[in-house]
Amino acid sequence: MNDRGTRVLRLDALARVEGEASLHLRVDGGTVTGTRLRIYEPPRFFEAFLTGRGHTEPPDITARICGICPVAYQMSACRAVEDACGVTVDGPLAELRRLLYCGEWIESHTLHIYLLHAPDFLGRADVVELARDQRAAVERGLRTKQTGNAILEQLGGRPIHPVNVRVGGFYRTPAADELRSLAERLRQAREDALETVRWVAAFDFPDAVCDHDLFALRAPGHYAIDSGTPAVMTVHGPGPALREFPLSRFERHVRQGQVPHSTALTATLDDRRYLTGPLARYAINGRWLHPVAAEAARDAGLGEPGTAVCRNPFRSIVVRAVEVVQAVEEALRIIDAYEQPPRPAVEVPPRQGAGVGATEAPRGLLYHRYALAADGTLTEARIVAPTAQNQTAIEEDVRRAVQARLDTPGPAADDEELTHLCERAIRNHDPCISCAAHFLSLTVERA
Amino acid sequence: MSERVVVIGVGNPLRGDDGAGPAVVEALRGRVPDGTALVVSDGEPARMLDLWRGGDSVVLVEAIRAWPGRPGQLHTLTAAQAAGRTAGTASTHALGLGECLALAEALGRLPRGLVVHAVEAAGTEIGTGLSEAVRRALPALADRAAASVRQAYESRRRSGERIEQSPDL
Repeated sequence: MNDRGTRVLRLDALARVEGEASLHLRVDGGTVTGTRLRIYEPPRFFEAFLTGRGHTEPPDITARICGICPVAYQMSACRAVEDACGVTVDGPLAELRRLLYCGEWIESHTLHIYLLHAPDFLGRADVVELARDQRAAVERGLRTKQTGNAILEQLGGRPIHPVNVRVGGFYRTPAADELRSLAERLRQAREDALETVRWVAAFDFPDAVCDHDLFALRAPGHYAIDSGTPAVMTVHGPGPALREFPLSRFERHVRQGQVPHSTALTATLDDRRYLTGPLARYAINGRWLHPVAAEAARDAGLGEPGTAVCRNPFRSIVVRAVEVVQAVEEALRIIDAYEQPPRPAVEVPPRQGAGVGATEAPRGLLYHRYALAADGTLTEARIVAPTAQNQTAIEEDVRRAVQARLDTPGPAADDEELTHLCERAIRNHDPCISCAAHFLSLTVERA
Repeated sequence: MSERVVVIGVGNPLRGDDGAGPAVVEALRGRVPDGTALVVSDGEPARMLDLWRGGDSVVLVEAIRAWPGRPGQLHTLTAAQAAGRTAGTASTHALGLGECLALAEALGRLPRGLVVHAVEAAGTEIGTGLSEAVRRALPALADRAAASVRQAYESRRRSGERIEQSPDL
């Protein structure tokens, strides 16, 4: 097709992207004039489900939004309900929650790195093709992911949609010796995770720069996972390079709006495009990486953690790999220091009011707000998921990637090449587009 | 180590007829020999690969989309027939059961025996509950799965193997 004319590309099925989404790309006279990512996003449906339910129910209900990051939904939900009820969960219970969350980071990031993202860099169609000639690497990824699963199973009660989490803590906490076998697996996972960083750091990365503002929780002393204060690193424009605001003011800064092409909401942060997720976390929290993870980041060419900002979205796979090392180290630290708390949960008596909670899901900041009646009935629920926040930034990355290709001298790109390029640009951000239905497709010929 | 008979109901009970697999697993409780592993899975490939060992006999129960569709129609596929069928737009995580089986094959991690019993779905909108067509087909689907379980035990008995008696996963 000629780049001078009008060209429309529709990707009704995005390969190796979690969930359901489609992309509509329009090119007029060699210029990309439209990139519309259409996301079918369940959090909005769940907001309606939640209304009228009891204040103890959001962790179990919202866990069903995503099969890959249920803990993120549970943890943000717990924090929001507890905030509304004036309860703080700290000490060993908070550490156990963080351990559970580390399991999810390990599992989710490793899934993305090995099963979805790495084939892009190695010129393989998918992980099946990758497994045929790099079997040891794929087995390493599956082994690492299994360790994340094991943490979820041990603490969550089962490997998917954990059932042991409750508002105020857990239904049951493990004895210290129950976690010992996890520590053994985590020491193996540390070696595998470091090898993963070396593996992905050697990939060939396209040149690309994103200039979105970066947005992540910031928790001085910790690489933020389960708590923190919203922090923004602006690229250009007025004000200090890094600023914070209280979580209670989240919705004054983050504005959601409906766009016609998607059922999902898109968001701006102080009227600007922004990005949440690994690149933002690394820029804002890098100085608090565990020394082993920090060294891995330096060796991988990410620059000095805490100072360097990685703005090449294709290198997000390296940051994810470093974050797996971080999660493994953090999990080991928690297990080493763990003593079973006297009670599995603190009481969270309901009261009228509203509460907010935010945590760092593997894909980025996940915010929940609930309003409760005096008996604990939810009268309003608001969930702002990372993928919806990143949608505008993803569309801009897609636009730039395609434009850069169209501007490259030489043979014109055909639709197949552009499709692949769009999918790569989207996969960089590991969007979690829904926990959808699961099907084989089957064409049936009938007389 | 002796191996097991594993039934995996793949699906999401919060997505209408995608709950057919998990519903069959529930229906089989008490109908299959003690020690048969009855598992529900969201189908995520890495987790699926952990649900069986090389020597296991695996019965997968799944909902499918078909074109043209005939909701409630049952299908039985071999591993080879199912492997490589792409998930398309309705996939949970883009890698569907077809890719999962192809990955297992590439890694040499297919179980000794595997059969897929499937039902054509009518609807997969968010919400609990099966459509009337799939609900009517469920007993027959469960019968097929139970028959495969029986066959697995019989074939092992004939070959003189001991089947491990283990609690459900």
